[in-house]
Amino acid sequence: MRMTLPIFLQNLANGILLGGLYALIAIGYSMVYGILRLINFAHGDIFMMGTYFAFYGITLFLLPWWLAFVFAIIGAGILGFLIDRIAYKPLRNAPRISALITAIGMSIFLESLAVVIFGGIPKSFAPPRIYPKFFSKMLQIGSIRVQILTFFILGITALLITFLIWFVYKTKIGMAMRAISTDIATTALMGVNVDFVIGITFAIGSALAGAGGILWAMKYPNVNPYMGFMPGLKAFIAAVIGGIGSIQGAMLGGFLLGMIEIMLVAFFPRFAGYRDIFAFIILILILMYKPSGILGAKLEEKV
Amino acid sequence: MQYRKLPTKLKVFLTIIFIIFMAFVLFLSQKFLDTYWIRILTLIGIYGIMAVSLTFINGITGIFSLGHSGFVAIGAYTAALLTMSIEQKQMSFFLKPLIWPLNSIQLDFLSATIIAGIMAAIFAYLIGYPSLRLTGDYLAITTLGFGEIVRILILNMISVTNGPLGLKGLEEYTNIWWAWGWLLVTVLVIGSLVNSSYGRALKAIREDPIAAKAMGINVTKHQLMAFVVGAFFAGISGSLYAHWLTTIDPRPQTVGILLTFNVLIMIVLGGLGSITGAIFGAAAFAILSEWLRIVETPFKIFGIQVPAISGMRLLVLSTIFILVMLTWRRGIMGRSELTWDGIYNFFLRLKRKH
Amino acid sequence: MEKESVLKLDNVTMQFGGLIAVGDFNMKLESGELVGLIGPNGAGKTTVFNVITGIYTPTKGRVIFGKIDITGLPPHYITHLGIARTFQNIRLFSDMTVLENVLVSQHHKLEERHADKILQKHGYKSKIIGKGWFWKSVFKIGYFSMEKQMVKEARELLKKVELLDLENEKASSLPYGMQRKLEIARALATEPKLLLLDEPAAGMNPHETEELMEFIKKIRDDFNLTILLIEHDMKVVMGICERIVVMDYGRIISKGTPDEVRNDPKVIEAYLGDGSYV
Repeated sequence: MRMTLPIFLQNLANGILLGGLYALIAIGYSMVYGILRLINFAHGDIFMMGTYFAFYGITLFLLPWWLAFVFAIIGAGILGFLIDRIAYKPLRNAPRISALITAIGMSIFLESLAVVIFGGIPKSFAPPRIYPKFFSKMLQIGSIRVQILTFFILGITALLITFLIWFVYKTKIGMAMRAISTDIATTALMGVNVDFVIGITFAIGSALAGAGGILWAMKYPNVNPYMGFMPGLKAFIAAVIGGIGSIQGAMLGGFLLGMIEIMLVAFFPRFAGYRDIFAFIILILILMYKPSGILGAKLEEKV
Repeated sequence: MQYRKLPTKLKVFLTIIFIIFMAFVLFLSQKFLDTYWIRILTLIGIYGIMAVSLTFINGITGIFSLGHSGFVAIGAYTAALLTMSIEQKQMSFFLKPLIWPLNSIQLDFLSATIIAGIMAAIFAYLIGYPSLRLTGDYLAITTLGFGEIVRILILNMISVTNGPLGLKGLEEYTNIWWAWGWLLVTVLVIGSLVNSSYGRALKAIREDPIAAKAMGINVTKHQLMAFVVGAFFAGISGSLYAHWLTTIDPRPQTVGILLTFNVLIMIVLGGLGSITGAIFGAAAFAILSEWLRIVETPFKIFGIQVPAISGMRLLVLSTIFILVMLTWRRGIMGRSELTWDGIYNFFLRLKRKH
Repeated sequence: MEKESVLKLDNVTMQFGGLIAVGDFNMKLESGELVGLIGPNGAGKTTVFNVITGIYTPTKGRVIFGKIDITGLPPHYITHLGIARTFQNIRLFSDMTVLENVLVSQHHKLEERHADKILQKHGYKSKIIGKGWFWKSVFKIGYFSMEKQMVKEARELLKKVELLDLENEKASSLPYGMQRKLEIARALATEPKLLLLDEPAAGMNPHETEELMEFIKKIRDDFNLTILLIEHDMKVVMGICERIVVMDYGRIISKGTPDEVRNDPKVIEAYLGDGSYV
């Protein structure tokens, strides 16, 4: 397929969209890693759970779509908080490997829970059942056609990220989060309830993941229990690329990864089946040449 | 109380007796158990190889590798492509024909298995060389990614692997003797390595890589060594697994992340860092897994009919896994091995109590 | 012909980004000396150790060990060549026994072929025992006699440092003072010519410190070592060091005998407010 300007712009729009979604998920990963140095493998599955919450909110509880979305996001946040409380907090002082292994177990647990409760057959997250058909209408902008949905997703993403930046930099809890990610022991000595703040961090990161899941499903309407595995993994890679531990890094990494993925497939359609591998190749390259990520600070070990 | 050690010659003798005893047990099983249980026993042998090879990498050397399924997959496909007859290959590969020279070779099971191990080892060397310098968390994600990359490559390289169709109709070469025979080889080789200066070096690397370097150990080289040896046996297990299943495909349950998770359960249950523990864990997992089949078929509990819920098995397994991690992290053997000295001292202590 | 020094640091500078941790560092150590490296916290002393042992490659300058330029060589080479060290925070292999900790230090004699070539090239004695030990270990061909010899040498060392009766104890179960001793024993087991001790007296009571001082002098004599010692405890430094080098902000501010250094106004100024008595 010849690469023309309209097609290029179309792909650019898709790239920004995918990038925004990765960024949303990546932020949650980065926040948790920054505080606990833990890769929460279950993060991608919270993404999935948020989507299912929204799905059943609409189809089972017959809530209006926007209300179901809000409840689902809150639900995802609560789920994240609970997971930390139950599975990760007891292992705060255990060797890192134990927490990592438990996170993997938690991931598989959530996936199998979803299979058992929701069934393994994919569900459709498409309009008009889930959300108004209005969003799938196409808008003509110059020579490209963009769904209203795209603007909606980008808009919500921007809103959520703005809220997050306000929270982290302008509130006391946000300051506590930043303090903990620098030095957890000292922060505890300053009278901060570290466990509570860690729980809040999980809650916010998970809520963002849940939101990401819902928005993701609006664009890619196939909802199944394993839908979070790959996006979760790629979001972590995005966080590493941008610089793990920093929110800006996660955003940068997310957008970069989304763009690269879409563009590579656009320019080399023969490799479409291998698209998931691109993220890993980029990861290996970054870890070999700039392990702290593009924006990252070096986390040195003192000898 | 002093820890008494038995004379080495006695221990070697006891081990040989034990091996003969096990061979006898396997012989009896093959004669008197029904096919179902023989298959399970064979599977335990195969799982044992996966578990021992993974605990060597993760538990003893401290390399947190989550890509074990990748090596199993490479081994499985390599062996399958080598043992299938030429006609079989022509029939199976109808989307795209199999590339040369694979389409015109057929080898015996033993050679195919060994080559499978070598292929896995080669990949381990290529992957390990750049990756092993990374620290724990990053290494975990990278190896996880590697496992997935292998699966995706298998899915897409249709002219080599037959893609999503998989390879069916493999000869069921794996019997109880091949499985346990290779398990014996795995335990002897890895056990021998661990019980040597190299084992100490690997454990030192696990404890503190910087201190290990300061004591003159080339950390990267030794990690690579452990990684490659572990991968070799994982590849062997892949060949055995493929010829036990008689079909392989690139699904996550067969050769993907779920397989890695299963092996992880085995070594955590058995005790991370223990070879004998890994075998116990493999057996426990196989039996638990089979027993849990019950919950996936309709059954009665307290007089209430419970319908079949697919996916329950994995749910129960992962719940058990999390519970073990939260409450009984050391697993059955912890980091220690079941040794003749250990058994001897155990009985000595019992005797003392009377 | 002038005999070469055991260790020569030639205009060594270690820079991290904009921070100069060590600057224009010049030092010579002659055979058999017991030298102290002191300075306020953050002066760069451990960084000097890390440069010598190869954990860092100096931004500028050279590190010369005997006849060999070891600048930029990896840590495991440098250990094989004959420099051993202990760490500020004890880094024992806690899950392994005392004997095993000491046995690990001999592993380099089986493996470090490249480092050994460097030794031989400069006319030093080879430290390697045979070859092909990986396969020999797996198939246990000729292995047992080698291991027996290793264990014998390890036990002799443990006897000399009076840790032999604890050989089967887990390293983490030892009392603090013994752990420090084991750290030193482990370093000695690599058969070094130069021993770097990083705050060996940290956390010790006066009695243990006395013992440690005797111990360090004894091993210097028994094992024919040259010792460079970082310490904050001035009793130790003034008590056993023949020469002292004083650092502050990455540079040497004073050198000399304990008496010269003790009375040097620059040194007093650097330590003012530190609370330690000079």
